Amino acid sequence: MAESKPKPKKEAVPMPKQEPKVRRGNFDEVALGYTEQQALEEASRCLQCPKPQCVTGCPVEVCIPDFIKLLREGKYEEAAMKVKEKNALPAICGRVCPQEEQCQKPCIMGKVGEPVSIGRLERWVADWERCKGVKTPEKAPPTGKQVAVIGAGPAGLTVAADLAKLGHKAVIFEALHLPGGVLVYGIPEFRLPKSIVQAEVDYVKKLGADLCAGYLVGRIYTIPELLKRGFDAVFIGTGAGLPAFMGLPGENLGGIYSANEFLIRVNLMKSFAFPVYDTPIRVGKHVVVIGGGNVAMDSARSALRLGAEEVCIVYRRSREEMPARHEEIENAEEEGILCKFLANPTKFIGDEKGWVKAMECVCMELGPPDESGRRRPVPVKGSEFVMDTDTVIVAVGRTPNPIIQSTTEGLAVTKWGTIVADEDGKTSIEGVYAGGDIVTGEATVISAMGAGKKAAKAIHEYLTRRGNGPKSAMTS
Amino acid sequence: MYEIAARKELAPKIKMFEVCAPEMAEKARPGQFLIVIINETGERVPLTIAGYDAKKGTVSFAFNEVGKTTKQLGCMKVGDCIWNVTGPLGIPSEIKNFGNVLCVVGGVMIAPMLLQVKALREAGNTVTAVVGARIKDLLFFEDEMKALSNKFYVATDDGSKGYKGLDFLWGILTKEKFDRCVVMGPVVMMKEVSEKTKPHQIPTIVSLTPIMIDGMGMCGVCRVSVGGKMKFGCVDGPEFDGHKVDFDELVNRQRMFLPEERLSSLVWETLGGCKFGGK
Repeated sequence: MAESKPKPKKEAVPMPKQEPKVRRGNFDEVALGYTEQQALEEASRCLQCPKPQCVTGCPVEVCIPDFIKLLREGKYEEAAMKVKEKNALPAICGRVCPQEEQCQKPCIMGKVGEPVSIGRLERWVADWERCKGVKTPEKAPPTGKQVAVIGAGPAGLTVAADLAKLGHKAVIFEALHLPGGVLVYGIPEFRLPKSIVQAEVDYVKKLGADLCAGYLVGRIYTIPELLKRGFDAVFIGTGAGLPAFMGLPGENLGGIYSANEFLIRVNLMKSFAFPVYDTPIRVGKHVVVIGGGNVAMDSARSALRLGAEEVCIVYRRSREEMPARHEEIENAEEEGILCKFLANPTKFIGDEKGWVKAMECVCMELGPPDESGRRRPVPVKGSEFVMDTDTVIVAVGRTPNPIIQSTTEGLAVTKWGTIVADEDGKTSIEGVYAGGDIVTGEATVISAMGAGKKAAKAIHEYLTRRGNGPKSAMTS
Repeated sequence: MYEIAARKELAPKIKMFEVCAPEMAEKARPGQFLIVIINETGERVPLTIAGYDAKKGTVSFAFNEVGKTTKQLGCMKVGDCIWNVTGPLGIPSEIKNFGNVLCVVGGVMIAPMLLQVKALREAGNTVTAVVGARIKDLLFFEDEMKALSNKFYVATDDGSKGYKGLDFLWGILTKEKFDRCVVMGPVVMMKEVSEKTKPHQIPTIVSLTPIMIDGMGMCGVCRVSVGGKMKFGCVDGPEFDGHKVDFDELVNRQRMFLPEERLSSLVWETLGGCKFGGK
């Protein structure tokens, strides 16, 4: 493709989407993806900066200008390989990364108009490659080293992929019956189709990683036992899987779900297809979702698709403080989700059958900023009001899963229950590394992958430094 | 895939399976449970561990054919494979020499209780076992329980065998001193026994079976109020202090999906049940 020199367009090529009216009735992907023509057009907007700022914004440092250049030259396969040098899960990242906060934020094009849609291009390249058939990159010769990776979420999959490429044997232990972690139990089909997660997991397996699903480390073998049983190192990527509740009266009434329960039912257990799938879900007419993050958006939009007449998000701060991605808030509003800002629930009221029928809230106002830098919401005295509802989804955060911490002696843990690890993921136990939400608390897919990359590098160095391991050390 | 190594019919609609799972067999302890998924479209069903054999590499569980999944499970034969079994989950029972222990059990939980009684006896306890069922045909493991326990009583709701109801037990509670009571079975029974042991200040442990999905602390559907605090049945339990559990709330939460459970069962039976192949 010859490069002409017209000035790049200020506006990005818009992402084709399902119409809001149509999509609120199905679980199909909302964003349809660029066509080849659209991808080429968007790629042509990249200025190919000599000092690309976008790369610095990417937690896994994908060589963004290089892959975009290959894309626009029509070398799609090479473009895909270029992305995969740094990122084993591009079709996932292209869909769920908050690019507006990362690679696209420092993009020079953003100063004159809209930044280059790097995420959409990454997705297009990854989708093109998947449709055509994925090539497995060359691997280093087997080193004979074995690493146990606990958790098949974004961090674990990244670690396993990177170690496998270096010739180490990675065995991924996943507690749930399907791999993917939050990618399968948390993020809905309409934002991230599960067939794509499966394809990316298959790629990691093709690299040589083994997967052991339905295996809860800590309850079967513990980390010290895994180390004794021949694993040379361990990576912990068990995520932030425990739902937080608010501790309000009536919280255990029927019809009140944690967002985790609601999304696990819908995504992992596919209860939207009940009774073809065995796990049921019940969504009433008036659904209330409490919280302002991506999980709240996902829950609200899922509830709408499951037939709710009205879905209202109740958030204690205002729209500006909402932690959800801007794009997702927009999508939700287009679909008809309502938002009630500056309100906080105080109690739930049940009917005679023990099912929730109403929620009492109090109005909030914003005070001075708190430690998160956002203005702290404070209740307005006497402003209580009642909302009728028959289904409540509590999406106020997730905390670290405690099983590993409580079964691994000598593993340093913070007062929040997260595992203490340094920049490289090194924990207080030699040979044991950790990364992702289990270290940072609830964060993003890509930051977990970034942590995974660093840990994989550190594990590789550790294994190399240790040479032939304890066996030869004993004989030498 | 987990192969069914043995299958026993304990009573009408109550079966016990032994499945091959060597690592679980090595780690399982009394009081823990498994999550069983029949096939790719299956739900995650928690079932209390009723036995394990590290040498044979098997774990056992018993189930009552009440819903779609348990009915479908009941159709499976020796040599068939269960798609996924995860476990052992939950905190194991506290087993030590308490002294004089009263074990009260009803229905399908007789199977895991046998395991518990065995462990309690091995730890040096004197065990009084009370085994109950709705009607006499639903009783099983009577001989086994009788052989393992020091004192043994049978009760049925209709009086078709042994005592009629549990009223006889309240008399025993006033006469004999117990150091601990373990109750497994229907919630109403656990509630009743807990209420009766409280005035006698007998520490009472109940094994709860709330609705679960993941069984490892992720979804929170198994939350129960214990002493006014929210606990998760799967990771904080499944055993709790019977004097502190809010049983009424538990009953309410167990019934949350009753209409859907009935529908699922009906659809499956209409499609031919076992003959439908369970897909």
